[in-house]
Amino acid sequence: MKKFAISLFCLVALLPWFARAALTIEITQGIEGAVPIAVVPFGTGGNRYTPPENVSAIIAADLARSGRFAPLPEQNLVARPVDIGEVRFQDWRTLGVENLVIGSIEPAGADQYRVQFRLFDVFRGRQITGYSLPASAEGLRYVAHRISDLIYEALTGQPGAFATRIAYVISESLNGKKTYQLQLADSDGYNPKTLLSSPQPLMSPAWSPDGRKLAYVSFEKHRAAVFIQDIFTGKREELAAFAGINGAPAWSPDGRNMAVTLSRDGNPEIYSMRLSDKTLKRLTVGPSIDTEPVWSPDGRSIVFTSDRGGSPQLYRMPVQGGRAERVTFEGNYNASADFAPDGKTLAMVHGESGKYRIATLDLDSGLLRVLSDGSLDESPSFAPNGSMIIYATEAGHRGVLAAVSSDGRFRQRFSLQQGNVREPVWSPFEKRD
Amino acid sequence: MKMFYRVVMVLAVVWLAGCSSTGGTKGGVAVEDHSGTGAEGAAGGATTTGVGAYGDLSIEALNDPNSPLSQRVIYFAFDSSEVAEQDRPLVEAHAAFLVANPTVKVSVEGHTDERGSREYNIGLGDRRAQAVRRMLEFQGVSPSQITVISYGEEKPAVDGHDESAWSMNRRVELVYVGQ
Repeated sequence: MKKFAISLFCLVALLPWFARAALTIEITQGIEGAVPIAVVPFGTGGNRYTPPENVSAIIAADLARSGRFAPLPEQNLVARPVDIGEVRFQDWRTLGVENLVIGSIEPAGADQYRVQFRLFDVFRGRQITGYSLPASAEGLRYVAHRISDLIYEALTGQPGAFATRIAYVISESLNGKKTYQLQLADSDGYNPKTLLSSPQPLMSPAWSPDGRKLAYVSFEKHRAAVFIQDIFTGKREELAAFAGINGAPAWSPDGRNMAVTLSRDGNPEIYSMRLSDKTLKRLTVGPSIDTEPVWSPDGRSIVFTSDRGGSPQLYRMPVQGGRAERVTFEGNYNASADFAPDGKTLAMVHGESGKYRIATLDLDSGLLRVLSDGSLDESPSFAPNGSMIIYATEAGHRGVLAAVSSDGRFRQRFSLQQGNVREPVWSPFEKRD
Repeated sequence: MKMFYRVVMVLAVVWLAGCSSTGGTKGGVAVEDHSGTGAEGAAGGATTTGVGAYGDLSIEALNDPNSPLSQRVIYFAFDSSEVAEQDRPLVEAHAAFLVANPTVKVSVEGHTDERGSREYNIGLGDRRAQAVRRMLEFQGVSPSQITVISYGEEKPAVDGHDESAWSMNRRVELVYVGQ
């Protein structure tokens, strides 16, 4: 009973609060041929004030983090136009800048702002796009990321994924006691919020397709259980707490079913749970370890890890269960798959010669590409636009997060000031409207 | 199912009989004479018995650092769930203790090293714990005395990223509930 009271005391599930540490991002491998772009500091519309966020700096940092763009350093800006009438394209052409972003952020009532921006094609001397967006002080970073998304899409033809979040797990030893935290942060590492803190392990966070909920595994009752938690209200529900393993939750693309790994019938097997009434359907059979299910984006098949062939490899089966076909053949260890949003590529942990790295597999051609260079890399998760894969790695004997572009050319690292961070999962596109 | 338990019970009786008949020769198996000796007996036996000794089967023996029951960790090879030959006497000592103390409950906790994916490691930790559970049950321990839990790589015994740490982390821990 005492133990129960203590774990209740240590578990803070209901009130997300701001954590002291933010993830800081460092670009560890750049791309030659990133497109030069100038993001001019935004004006204030003639008002003498300092906006609560430096919106243009957030946009420039987003574009740099994508690996596709090389924003001009602020000291190299030849001019600081705010209005379209102040733009002289010749200035920017001589710098070799292909695109130019200008804008302003003006007060619009108590705690409200109006953010305007314009994106130009410097060589054609034309506006490509431009918007005016309202924001509260608290929402300014989000609006900056939305603008980055619009710029990215206008220039690459692919939706941006800056206005998204990542969820991850932190473990820390404080005064000899381990604590585990499930956290959320913006895709640039800002605004970290703790959803759950526990003295017992937390693992395997998984986003609902609408980006409003996370499923995860918690050992808070000294056994494994799968929970679902609303990230806005903090309200949570225990979904699976059978005897033995309750793990590896994965939502179906329509949000109606949850694939989970349970050992209630004696061995780790994959089940599909209908969320409306919690009915279970067992999908795998046999003495092997079958786990880490992921749904294909079309909702028709499930890829999972199984050691039925002797070593852990990825297999694919219909969502109703039944015959599974092996999909990985290179390397003696392939596990922890994630589908690219287009369903054509899988990211995975690929083990070969004692090194565990992140690789992608093209499902049509069977081509495997190793993208990371660590030796204990794990938990790959695609950005919702498929451009980057975030994963967990190790640097300086600590767990850190890293991201690599899905073509492997560009890398960055997310570090915490202390503690180990791991199991990153990139949110779907958010629908905040 | 009932038949199975009957077989297990018979095996257990045979096994216990075997224990008592070999007596002190196989490292001081002392099923009949534990009642009179208590903690000192086990302590005294420590000088003459090795890991293979079953020693005292009383509850006190659990807290006696000289009893083989104080050793509660079984280590495993990489990606293996096979209990090594040299660890079998250790598991058997715990089995004998649990058979002699049917009200005592044990949590069999499986762990792995950090390599590879976390959920697969939960599966591997479970497989290790199940191997130990099966051994305990085969020796006559009632299934109701045993809970199995896998922590995978989530609770390493030793922090570190090399074989010396990994070999200490690939383990099953026997945790006596409420002790």
